[in-house]
Amino acid sequence: MNPKRKKRLIIVLMIVFGASAAIGLTMYALSQNINLFYSPTQIAKGEAPAETRIRAGGMVVEGSVKRDPESLLVTFEVTDYENKVAVQYSGILPDLFREGQGIVAQGKLDASGTLQAVEVLAKHDENYMPPEVAEALQKSGKMPLPSKEEFNK
Amino acid sequence: MASSWLPRWFYQLASPRWCYSITGKLIPWFAATGGLLFLVGLIWGLAFAPSDYQQGNSFRIIYLHVPTAILAQSFYMMMAIAGAIGLIWKMKVADMVAKSVAPLGAALAVLALATGAIWGKPTWGSWWVWDARLTSMLVLLFLYLGVMALNSAIESETTAAKSTAVLALVGLVNIPIIKYSVEWWNTLHQPATFKLTEKPAMPAEMWIPLLVMVIALYLLFGLAMMLRLRNEILRRERRAGWVKELLGS
Amino acid sequence: MAFETFADFLNMGGHGLYVWLSYGLGLLTIALCIYLPVIQGRETRRTLRRRIQRESIKS
Repeated sequence: MNPKRKKRLIIVLMIVFGASAAIGLTMYALSQNINLFYSPTQIAKGEAPAETRIRAGGMVVEGSVKRDPESLLVTFEVTDYENKVAVQYSGILPDLFREGQGIVAQGKLDASGTLQAVEVLAKHDENYMPPEVAEALQKSGKMPLPSKEEFNK
Repeated sequence: MASSWLPRWFYQLASPRWCYSITGKLIPWFAATGGLLFLVGLIWGLAFAPSDYQQGNSFRIIYLHVPTAILAQSFYMMMAIAGAIGLIWKMKVADMVAKSVAPLGAALAVLALATGAIWGKPTWGSWWVWDARLTSMLVLLFLYLGVMALNSAIESETTAAKSTAVLALVGLVNIPIIKYSVEWWNTLHQPATFKLTEKPAMPAEMWIPLLVMVIALYLLFGLAMMLRLRNEILRRERRAGWVKELLGS
Repeated sequence: MAFETFADFLNMGGHGLYVWLSYGLGLLTIALCIYLPVIQGRETRRTLRRRIQRESIKS
């Protein structure tokens, strides 16, 4: 390669690496703000601010969903298999909401540590399958559940 | 041609005339196979692939969403690499490639974002959340729009090519951020279904039509890119003898 | 075939609006991405041809 081109190649590489380093460091510094939600463990440790709107993500605990027969009020717990957060929500839940499903709820933590949610979103995983396959997995008890890492990055 | 460690076609690529003629020969093949595969993938994905146990038939949006998202990113890489070649080797054709790719990449990014939003509403319960994956994908669209705006704002072709190449190269850092966003941060978007090291997290009857659609869209957008490139070559080489010869007869 | 009737196919299990909106947008965008450069190329070639003819008459 002739020296002129080599010099230009070095400039191009410097642009790419320089930009990567600058943006990489910025993202590293901001990493907590880039996370969409707090995990139940982070909330248990007190990392999430109280009295401001936050998002909490976790798996809906099996058997924890209690629906009020008179209204749309529903209470449930979410977990990352280490800690749990109770969630109270009044409104229409997404179609995918069920026990064993990952969800992200937005709301405020009250004094008792319950998340008073104003929005509940379903966080599905990357495993797609036809209904027959899902049924078979369910029967044999091999249905994959969201992993702990799913909510703790 | 002082250094010859690069293959011959790399230097042939530098000739607009050679590029014009080779793309002319490739276009019918891309159109035929791309069109055919697109039709097969479309019908397969919409009518024959099974529905998902949780999402039902809204899952079928995957056959458009994933290919457009993949292409939007690989077209960006193509644009940045073409830009780098243009900067280092002062190759006019590379600048023209970068310029032709940008609007197509922007269209792909718009499609990926739009189909994602439409898919998100019935699945997640929201059109949009500001998580790392969705936001970095939006940044990709803005990078494309920035490159296009810069290209049209600068009158001199060589200065425009240089500036857009630098912008494209700076924005290249966004590509790994998009890819790894779902692994580095807590997001609403699920992790990738396809990983290079593991078998896909869906059965073959679901991923084969998806693969067909990915290949089909590569061919169709490759076709669109070549069509744009040829227009750009004609426009810039209008004073060249070979163009006069080609169109004069 | 994943559907029993054509009406089922259009309905997409209640998700018809989302699925068809996505695919409508997709088809439109892909068609435009290919069609626009084709007509643009036709236009470019026509103007260039005219200019070449004019120049050859002049000389």
